[in-house]
Order: sequence, then C-alpha cells, then structure tokens
Amino acid sequence: MPKTVAEKIFDSHRVDNPAGEMYVLGLDAVFCHEITTPVAVNDLVSRGKDRVFDPSRIKVVIDHVTPAKDSKTALQGKILRDWAKRNNIKHFFDIGRNGVCHVLFPEQGFVRPGSTIIMGDSHTCTHGAFGAFAAGVGTTDLEVGILKGVCAFRYPRSMKIQISGTLRKGVYAKDVILHILGELGVNGATDQVIEFAGPVVEEMTMESRMTLCNMAVEAGATCGICYPDMTTVDYLWPFIKDEFDAPEAALAYYRKFLPDPDAQYNSIVEFDVSNLSPQVTFGYKPDNVRPVSEMEGTPVDQVYIGSCTNGRLEDLRVAAEVLAGRRISDSVRGIVSPATPETYRMAMEEGILGTFLDAGFCVTNPTCGACLGMSNGVIAEGEVCASTTNRNFYGRMGKGGMVHLMSPATAAATAVAGHITNSKLYA
Amino acid sequence: MRNFGGKVLFLDRSDINTDEIIPARYLTEVSKEALKPCLLEDLNLEGFDPEKDIKGRQVVVARANFGCGSSREHAPWALEVNGIHMVIAESFARIFRQNMFNCGMLAIELPSEAIDRIFDEFAGADTEIYAGLDTGILKVKGGGGEDEIAFSISEFDRALVEAGGWVEYADLHY
Repeated sequence: MPKTVAEKIFDSHRVDNPAGEMYVLGLDAVFCHEITTPVAVNDLVSRGKDRVFDPSRIKVVIDHVTPAKDSKTALQGKILRDWAKRNNIKHFFDIGRNGVCHVLFPEQGFVRPGSTIIMGDSHTCTHGAFGAFAAGVGTTDLEVGILKGVCAFRYPRSMKIQISGTLRKGVYAKDVILHILGELGVNGATDQVIEFAGPVVEEMTMESRMTLCNMAVEAGATCGICYPDMTTVDYLWPFIKDEFDAPEAALAYYRKFLPDPDAQYNSIVEFDVSNLSPQVTFGYKPDNVRPVSEMEGTPVDQVYIGSCTNGRLEDLRVAAEVLAGRRISDSVRGIVSPATPETYRMAMEEGILGTFLDAGFCVTNPTCGACLGMSNGVIAEGEVCASTTNRNFYGRMGKGGMVHLMSPATAAATAVAGHITNSKLYA
Repeated sequence: MRNFGGKVLFLDRSDINTDEIIPARYLTEVSKEALKPCLLEDLNLEGFDPEKDIKGRQVVVARANFGCGSSREHAPWALEVNGIHMVIAESFARIFRQNMFNCGMLAIELPSEAIDRIFDEFAGADTEIYAGLDTGILKVKGGGGEDEIAFSISEFDRALVEAGGWVEYADLHY
C-alpha cells in the first residue's frame, strides 16, 4: 500500500491498535510548557505516579508568562521547575535561556524527520515543518505521554496542498498561509494532516516552513508537514553530524519519510501564488482574510511582532528592513519579542534591535505573552492590534480588542503609517 | 456506566473556539474549580449572558466545529466544574473532542439535519436531553414536545467513558 508521510510515521510508531482506526503511538518527544503542564503534574502527584517515561525525551520550557507577572504565574513556573528537577529532566529552559517553545525546541535540535511529538499546545503542528508528526493535545494526553510515552490518534487522513508559482517581493509565507486559510476555512482540514508541497515550499527556508505549518491548526489540521530535503538537513546538521557521515547520507535516510507516489489523499488542493498580494485578517476568525489593499487605512493602536508564527530572526530582519531610518507613528505602540535568546542575540549582533529601538519599538524578552493576552502587550477594550501572531479570536489579545493578523513586513509598515498598509510603500 | 444528560444550554453558532469557552487570562489557574465563574465569558453570541444562562444546565448543543483553536483542556474542565458533561454538535475540533472523552465526558456528533431539528423544535424552550449509551438514543424533551435521535460513538470513545478517562484506560493497558 502506498503511504502518506503521516501513515509511514504511524506505521513505524504503532504500539497498539485498540479499536477500529485508533492507533496508540510511541512518542519520540513530549514537549511541555507552564500553562498546560502543571495540572498534569499535580494529577500525577495526587495519583502517586510522580514519574516520567524517559527524562531524556521530555523537553520543558517556561514561555507563556515570563518573567512571572504575579503569584499565580510564579506558582506555575515553580511547579514545573520542581517537577523537572525531581524527575531528572535535563532539558529545562528557565528564564534567561527560555523562548517561545515552537521556535526554541527546533533551534535546540529537538525535532527530527519521521518522529512523533506531542505538546499541550495547539501550535505543536509547527514542527511538522521538519517532516515530523507533531500534534497539539490536551493536558490528559500530555499526562499519559509524560507517564507512559504514548498517545492515541485516529489513523491519519491527509490533505495535500500543492503550492506553485513565484512569490512576489513583499509577499511571505505568512501571506501564503493566510490566503490558504481564507480558502479552506477554519474547519477545512479538521482531524487531517496537511502535507505542504510544491516549488514554493521547496524554495522556503525552515523558518518560513515553520510559519506555514504553524497555522495548519487554524484550518483544524492535526499537523502540517513539509518534506525533508537539503534545507532540512542543513538546518539540522549541527545536531546530527555525529549520526551521519555526510549531509547527503542524512538526506538519503530521511527520504524514507517522503510520501509514496501513489499515496491516497482525502483531497489535493493546488494554489498558484504568483499573483498573491500581502494578506490580512478582519473579524474574529483566522479564515476572515483579504488583501491588505482592501483594509488600507484601518487605524491601529498597537503593532506586535513576535510569536511562534513570526518571531524568528528571518521575521525580524524583514521588519527591520522596512523600519530602517524610519520612526513609527506617534499614535502606535510598537512591541517586538524576539522568540528566543539566540534570536535576540543574533538580532542584536546584526543591528536589528537597534533599528527597532530607533524606530520607537519596545523590545521585550522572548515570550508568548501578548499573543494570547496573558502578558507583555495586552490591549484594552476597543483597541486594535496589528499582529504577526496566529489568532484573531474575540478577546484573544485582550478582552474586547480586535486583532488583525499579518506578515512582519506588513506589521512594520503598519507601525510606520499608524494604519494598516502595504510594506511596498516603504521599499 | 454513568448517565449523561439534563437541561440544555443552546449556543446557536459554529466555530465557537476555546478562547471563548475559557479566555487565556484564566489559564494561570492550577485548579479546575477556579475556572467555574469564567466559563464562556468571552463568547461572541448576541443575547448570551454567562451569568444567567449557564446555571443549572448539564448539556450544551451547538453547531459545527465546536471547540476549535487552542488545545487547552481548561475548556472541558470549565464545562465540567459547571456540571456540563455532554456537548452535542454537528462537528468538533479534534483536540477538544479528544479532551472531552479523555476526561470521561461525551462529545456527540450529529448530522446537520438533526442539529437543525433540535434547534428548530427545542431552542428557547426549557429542554432536556438524555443520552442512552446502551440504546444509542438521545431523548429530547421540552416545550411540550419529545423527540428521539439516534447517535453513535466509537468503540474506543466508549471504552474511555467506561474507564472514566484516558489516564485510567492507559493505566490498564500500557
């Protein structure tokens, strides 16, 4: 039987097939953060099962509210910190070394093609950019993953999204995925795995592929997957160089996780993005998408650049190009959160942070906070935020606020103008 | 097996996300009970008042793609601590649906015609719905009318409910 990527990964990780289409998979990694893990930890303790299946396969970060903003968030950090120590979990990233989980963990080399990963966070689908099956789960799945190293999923149905053409200047992976979401809808890929394929994806950096896969869940997908290629191997090489004689050997090995030519897909959808223009959301659903030109002039109160969607070095570079030599509008509060300490350091060395500061941006430490209205940039009722994040839900960045999702380039241009606008005006 | 059912809270909208069910600003809690007063606080639904409309309800009926967005199990927990153990919808987001069964609760999918029928005939009335897990029948009562609607859950989901949740099931099997 010819197989999709997800089918190959399921077949190679099957522990049990308890009923019908349900598969229980063995997990290569369980990622944890301080928002969804503490309740699992407390439950394990109360059940007298305070242990982990394999400390080396558990990676832990405090990233959503850091530094802690109050006693409650301090307690969440403490529960995680104490638990990691008790259970001998070496990969624990606390303040000073912490960053947005879906940027930090790939940067640390924790994601491999063909592997299985869960995390109590819906944007875990990001890691599919490496050809992994990575799924967001709830705290109970996380708890069982921590304890037993397994998780149950329905045998995967896959959708293939073929992206062809050439991206115009000023159009990025974020615009591509927003456009795709607008076409698929927020329920368009529910309980499916999306394979992103085609020349546009092949040309993308790993950072751009992660942006693409990050928002697969906004269409309901369990995971977004890109095919491992030389770009993947080059990114991973510092972490895998002891496992393979040469990058070509690594690629040859990872090719076994490519889909078979006659693999069966629920659907195959094609997008030609040659004429795509910068995209932006309106309303309260990530599939409410239209060209920036149609939203031109919409005033904003805050511009946020960061998150697991667009807080990587590549994103900061693009925004800094727009901001160079300019000041943001007096009516706008600009906030940038480099997603990891490494991103922060590189941005500092390249002079990017200086550009942001000169433009009038506030540079925060790495954190998820603002994206979900928890800290570091919550907006007030009636305020509007232009944001490079992934969700524009009602109240997402603050009760009664409005969020417009866009690329870092569009966000930077919007900050300068004080209203939503195309970055081309600042080329 | 436990009984599921009771008075119905009708939420006549598709794509109700977990941020609406329990906003992120309450995710700093480490106990489920603390979520009780915050359920559906940010629901974007005309005429809905969480302070008046939730109390005394045990069942939610909604449209398509209920529970989309964030993976937060705080959403099923917030329902649970308010006494709501069953959600009936045209479809669910994968993670929310799994979270419900993982907690030993029910997420029942019905065809859109059946959901339409429940809304058309029973919304607005003081309606009760009971799920017969052995019979595969939902009994709907309200406004002087009664209806019976067939439903099914998978063998695995049933096993989770019978075990009391995924932690209990996994403990027995893995």
